[in-house]
Amino acid sequence: MRVGPGAYLLLSAILFSIGVVGVLIRRNAIVVFMCVELMLNAVNLSFITFAKTNGALDGQVLAFFVMVVAAAEVVVGLGILVAIFRKRSSTSVDDVNLLKG
Amino acid sequence: MLLGQRLRALAGWIATLAVAAAFVVALAAFFELLSQDGEARTQVLRGYEWFTSGDLRVAFDLRWDPLSALMALVVTGVSSLIHLYSIGYMAHDERRETFFAWLNLFVASMLVLVLAQNFLVMFLGWEGVGLCSYLLVGFWFNRRLLVVNPLGRLVEGEPDETREVWAPPAAKKAFLANRIGDVGFLLAMFLIFATVGSLDFDDVFGKAGGLAGGTATAIALLLFLACTGKSAQFPLYVWLPDAMAGPTPVSALIHAATMVAAGVFLVARMYPVFEASGSVLNEIGILASVTMLIAALLALVQDDIKRVLAYSTISQLAYMMAALSVGGYSAGIFHLFTHAFFKALLFLAAGAIIHAVHTNNMSEMGGLARAMPVTFVTFLVGALALAGVAPLAGFWSKDEILTDAWNAGFGGAGEAATSQAVAQIVFVTGLVTAFLTAVYVARMLWLTFGAAFRGQGHPHEADAAMLFPLVVLAVGAALAGFVGLGDNSISTWIQTPELPSEGPATLNLGLIVVTTVLALAGLAVGTALYRRGLPEREYLERLPVAWKTLQRKYYLDDLYEQGIVRAVAGALAPATYWFDQRVVDGVVNGAGLGTGRLARGLRYVQSGQAQWYAAALFLGVVGLAVVVTQLIGN
Repeated sequence: MRVGPGAYLLLSAILFSIGVVGVLIRRNAIVVFMCVELMLNAVNLSFITFAKTNGALDGQVLAFFVMVVAAAEVVVGLGILVAIFRKRSSTSVDDVNLLKG
Repeated sequence: MLLGQRLRALAGWIATLAVAAAFVVALAAFFELLSQDGEARTQVLRGYEWFTSGDLRVAFDLRWDPLSALMALVVTGVSSLIHLYSIGYMAHDERRETFFAWLNLFVASMLVLVLAQNFLVMFLGWEGVGLCSYLLVGFWFNRRLLVVNPLGRLVEGEPDETREVWAPPAAKKAFLANRIGDVGFLLAMFLIFATVGSLDFDDVFGKAGGLAGGTATAIALLLFLACTGKSAQFPLYVWLPDAMAGPTPVSALIHAATMVAAGVFLVARMYPVFEASGSVLNEIGILASVTMLIAALLALVQDDIKRVLAYSTISQLAYMMAALSVGGYSAGIFHLFTHAFFKALLFLAAGAIIHAVHTNNMSEMGGLARAMPVTFVTFLVGALALAGVAPLAGFWSKDEILTDAWNAGFGGAGEAATSQAVAQIVFVTGLVTAFLTAVYVARMLWLTFGAAFRGQGHPHEADAAMLFPLVVLAVGAALAGFVGLGDNSISTWIQTPELPSEGPATLNLGLIVVTTVLALAGLAVGTALYRRGLPEREYLERLPVAWKTLQRKYYLDDLYEQGIVRAVAGALAPATYWFDQRVVDGVVNGAGLGTGRLARGLRYVQSGQAQWYAAALFLGVVGLAVVVTQLIGN
């Protein structure tokens, strides 16, 4: 059975949404990061889908870019996370509110 | 910090030197002007431009012509002497630097007033002198000046009304009465600009003859309203007697020699406009006659020596106005000139007396001729000059006024636009007032210097710094009249091409005899009545209605108090205050409070939580995406 590109895009959208909701809702910093990764991968999926439908390779190249950037971002992000949470024992993002007006 | 405190003692001297220097400059310029003739007598200095608005261009232009030269000399000359006097008079006052600063400010404003070449610059000076009058009359705002009911202990049937005269109400009264006049000045300015198109004097003089009768009358009336306020004519004279709450040098300078003369100066300066108006000169004549009479009557019953002089000033100013109204332009200015001398002298001498006996009331004076001989002699000279005794200054100027009134009323028709009837009224009133003047002068002399001393303590002569100006002014009061004689007299000198030509001053021998007889008769009456000092009951008390009316100052103050002051202070002022506090301040405060509340509400956007910011970001992106796709779709 041939599944059209629409299904892939729909999947991508759903995954993205789940990622967004997770980023906004979850309290644990590591889970937030995972949701960010989820969003990035969802976007990767839609890139690949479009690359396939358009017959060009641009989408796949971009997907590579995204993966590299995601990896670098995770490194930096986790580094910051560790630095912050070494100071205080809690992993809740709600506690990082020093810029509160 | 370094020099200021040490210079405090010098404040008076610095101020005096400044004014004296101005006098020297004025004198030099005056002699330079004397050598000129005709058109060259009027010199205009085009100064720095103030502003230009549409067709109106106003600059700080100055005018140097015989009139302004004379005024400048009077102002700076008399002022130098008064400054010198004040150094002694105010020596023990803790705020004397402020006093001298304001006194100098006054002289500056007055000079701006007389040297102005356009209405707006003159208005600057006009307002400036009004302001300084307010400041200086209210100078002792922190002192209780205890003054017994000005009509003295001679008021039977009424409790001994010891009234505290506070300076602030007097200062306010002076300023407000002046302000009413200023409205006239402003409206006149607007009207002039509307009809003539310029505020410059030369332009106005040129177009004065061509003005429509109604316009000229309106302008003249409005200007005269301003003069009524500034020169204390009926019905706006009520501030002048109360202004005696200020230090005596202030009374001498501002309320005798200079500021109050500004109104007379204005009429003289704007004479072409007044001539063009026709009827206004008549009205001025009538009003002046009324004023001179009622003021002289009031001077007759005062206990406070400064108030006698104040009412006398009102009366003499009315003389000047009357002179201008009957076409005696130079006579009026001449009287202004001589009056400055003897009135300033009288005030300064009165100040010396008050300094010595610590009271203003003549009921506590007496017998001072022996204790204060120099003061006595100088005061006597001034008093006799006021009464118009030949050959002192006052005689010559007063006589010239009466001569002009006679010529306009009973002689051949004069050049002026005044009616004969008005001139006749002016003449008769002038004679009567001259008589009354002599009476109250004699009364003042005898009550102050004659008989025995009725007060406490040992009065003694003032020090040299205060006596010197008195002597100089006495010499002036004696000799100043002689500038009215001869071919190069003040009358010929003060003529300028814009004015109607008057011949040189003529001497009417018959009139001289009449006035001299009147003056001597008045002095004799006064002497007879008051030679032995204060009578048990004042003579006028035998006429209870007249007495009551005079005591209440013709009920004019009461009228103002009940009619105007109550309405304004009682109703209008609180309403305005409420409006200011609630509405105006409400808007301003409300803006501040509102901003605060808004800010407090918006604070919560800055939660410090990253997810909150992320949510906002996300919403923004969604919104943008919608907008973009819509745009692409179109």
